[in-house]
Amino acid sequence: MTVPLGAAPVGMAGRIRAVRVEGNEHGLSADELERRLIELGFVEGARVQILHEGLFGRDPIAVRVNEATVALRRREAASILVEPERG
Amino acid sequence: MSELTLPARVALVGNPNSGKTALFNALTGSRQKVANYPGVTVERKEGPAVTPAGLTVRLIDLPGTYSLRARSLDEVVTRDIVLGRLEGEEVPRLLVCVADSTNLRVALRLALELRRVGRPMILALNMFDIARHRGFDIDLGRLSAELGIPVVSSVAVRRGGTRDLLARIDEAIDEQGVQLASTAAAASWSEPNAAQLRATQREADRILDAAVKAPGRPDGFTRRLDHVLLHPLLGRLILLAILFLMFQAVFTWAQAPMDLIKSGFDGLAAWAAVVLPSGWVLSFVRDGVISGVGSVIVFLPQILTLFFFILLLEDFGYMARAAFLMDRIMGGAGLHGRAFIPLLSSFACAIPGIMATRVISSRRGRLATILVAPLMTCSARIPVYTLVIAAFIPARTVFGWLSLQGLVMFGLYTAGIASALGMSWVFNRFLWRREPGEPFMLELPDYKRPVLRNIALGLVQRGQIFLKRAGTTIFAMMVVIWFLCSVPPAPPDAAEPAINYSLAARIGQAIEPVLRPVGFNWQIDVALVPGMAAREVAVAALGTVYSIAGADENPGELGRVLTAHWSLGTALALLAWYVFAPQCASTLSVVRRETNSWKWTAFLFSYMLALAYLAAFVTYQAAAALGAG
Repeated sequence: MTVPLGAAPVGMAGRIRAVRVEGNEHGLSADELERRLIELGFVEGARVQILHEGLFGRDPIAVRVNEATVALRRREAASILVEPERG
Repeated sequence: MSELTLPARVALVGNPNSGKTALFNALTGSRQKVANYPGVTVERKEGPAVTPAGLTVRLIDLPGTYSLRARSLDEVVTRDIVLGRLEGEEVPRLLVCVADSTNLRVALRLALELRRVGRPMILALNMFDIARHRGFDIDLGRLSAELGIPVVSSVAVRRGGTRDLLARIDEAIDEQGVQLASTAAAASWSEPNAAQLRATQREADRILDAAVKAPGRPDGFTRRLDHVLLHPLLGRLILLAILFLMFQAVFTWAQAPMDLIKSGFDGLAAWAAVVLPSGWVLSFVRDGVISGVGSVIVFLPQILTLFFFILLLEDFGYMARAAFLMDRIMGGAGLHGRAFIPLLSSFACAIPGIMATRVISSRRGRLATILVAPLMTCSARIPVYTLVIAAFIPARTVFGWLSLQGLVMFGLYTAGIASALGMSWVFNRFLWRREPGEPFMLELPDYKRPVLRNIALGLVQRGQIFLKRAGTTIFAMMVVIWFLCSVPPAPPDAAEPAINYSLAARIGQAIEPVLRPVGFNWQIDVALVPGMAAREVAVAALGTVYSIAGADENPGELGRVLTAHWSLGTALALLAWYVFAPQCASTLSVVRRETNSWKWTAFLFSYMLALAYLAAFVTYQAAAALGAG
C-alpha cells in the first residue's frame, strides 16, 4: 500500500516506491519535474520522513530524504508515492 | 602564448551546500577576483592557489548545481565550462568535484555524471570532520577504486584541511601533460532523461553501499534547532525578531559611519572650494562629482550591515529556512520564497536588494522580484518623509497613545509593502499568465558554525561591487544630473538661486502643467530633477529652490517655508508620489544591468511613474475636495 507524500502527515516515514508526475500544473513539464525530484534525491528506494510543515494549508513541507532535508510544496510532493513503515 | 605557459586552470564543481565556496576561500584566500561572465549576471570567481610542489594553479569556483542539466543561468555557466563550450573561457585542465561527506548519495550522482564528460577529475569529500564525528565510516580507497578517480578528504574550515587535496592536484596535473581542449565525450554529451538519472542514482547507491561501512547519524543539533526555528508559529515569531534586529542594526549601527562619510564628503567639498577657482569647474567637482557620488556612497555602511546579516545567516544555514517560512505568504503574491531576502534588503536600498535576486534561479521569479523591489520603502525616502511629515502633520496623539506622525510614517511603509505584493500579483496574473511559476524546491542544509573569514570575504566583495558601480554607471548619471542643474549658468545679476535659470528649471516649468493636477508647484517640479540622483537629494534641492542655505542640515527652517508655500493637499500628494516614483537613477542603472534589458528598465520606470502620478492625483484631489487643496 502506498500513499502520496503530498497527502501524508508530519512524522510519516517510509520508502519511495514510485515517482510519477501527472498533470501540468507545476510550471514545469511533467518530465522536467520528475528529473528535478530525482536530482534532489527523491528516487525509488530512498527513505523519506516528513519533518515539518508550514502554517497555512500545512504547506510547504520539509522532508528528510536519505541524508538530506528538502523543502517542497505538497502539490509537487503528491507525485512521490511512499510505502509507510510500520510502527 | 601557449596554454602551457599559463598556470593550469582547475574548476571546482559541486552541489549547492557542499561547502564548495568555503573550500575555494580556504584555497585562494583573499587573492580571489570576482567579476561577471560576459553578457550574463553570473558571478565568476577566480583565484590562484599554490600546491605543495610549488605549482600555481588558477582555481575557478563554478556555480553550485545538482546536475549538468542546466536549469538556471548559473547552472548554464557551470555546464558550459565543464563541457568546454563557453566562448572565451579556457577549458579546465582538472575538475575538482566537491561533495558534502554527510550527503554523498546526491553528490555521487553528480560525480558520476561529471566523470562521463571524460575530463581528469578528483573527488573531494568535504566536511569530512563532521561526517566522521557523526559516525560515517567512509572507505576512501574503495570509493576511489569504484569510481576510477582519486578521492581525498577535505575540511575547508580547518588549517591544513586542504593539504591532501592540493597534493592530489599536483599529481593529477603532473600526470596528464597537455589537456585536449575538447574530449569526444564532452562534445557528444546530451541531457540525461529520467531513466538515465535513475540508473546513475542506482549506480551511486551501489558504490556507496560498498564504500560506506557505517552510516552516520542525522545531525542532532539541526534536528533540535529546526523543531524551534521551523515551528509553524514560534518559527515565524523568531524570524520576525531576527528581521527586527536587522532593521535596528541597519538604521542605528550604520548611523555613525554614515555621518562620518557624509562629513568626509562635506570636508572634501569645502576643500575643493578652497583649492579650485570658483566657476563651473568648482561647481562640477563640488556639486556634481563630490556631492553626487557622496550621496550614494553614504549608503555603504547600511549595505554592509545588511549584507553582514545576510551572509551570517546564509553561512549558518538559516536563509533556506526563512524561505521555507515565507514561501506561502510570498507565493500568494506570485513571488518565490527566495524573493524574501532581496525584498527585505530593499528597505535599506533597492540596489543591494536587486543584486541579491541572483539567488532566485527562475528567470521569471527573479524578474518579478526586481520589478517590485524599488517599491519597498528605502532609506533614501526617509529624509523626504520626515521633512514633509514634520512640517504638515500635527504632532499629536490619536486614540490616546499613537503618535499621528508615526502613524503616517507607518502608513507609508505599509503602502510600499502592499503595493510591492500587489504589483507582483498583477504581473503574474497579466504578464505571465501563460507560464505558471516554478515550483518551490529547496534543500535545507544542516546548520553550521559561521566562519568569520568567509563572511569577511563576502562583505569585501559586496562592498567592491557597490563601490565600482558608484564609480561608473552611477557617477555618469550624477554628471548628467549636475549638467541639467547648472547649465546654463545664472546671469551675474541673478536675483534668484542659480538652479532657477538652469535646464532643470526649464524641465520643471515644462512639466508643471502636467503635474498641476497632482498639486505640485514648479518649485517641486524643479527639485524632482536633481532628486533623480537619490530621493533624499530632493530635500537639499527644495532648500536651494526656496533659497535656504544648508536645508538638509536644518530641516526645521525649510519646513516652516514649506508650510507657508504648500497646501496640506500638496504635501500629502508629494508623500504619495514618493511611495511609488522611480526617483533614483542608480536603481534604474542597476536594473538595466541585472535584467540586461532596456525594455524591462523602461517598463519599471513607466509603471512606477504611472502609479506615482495616480497616487498623488487621487491624494491631492481627495484632499482638495475635503477643503485642504
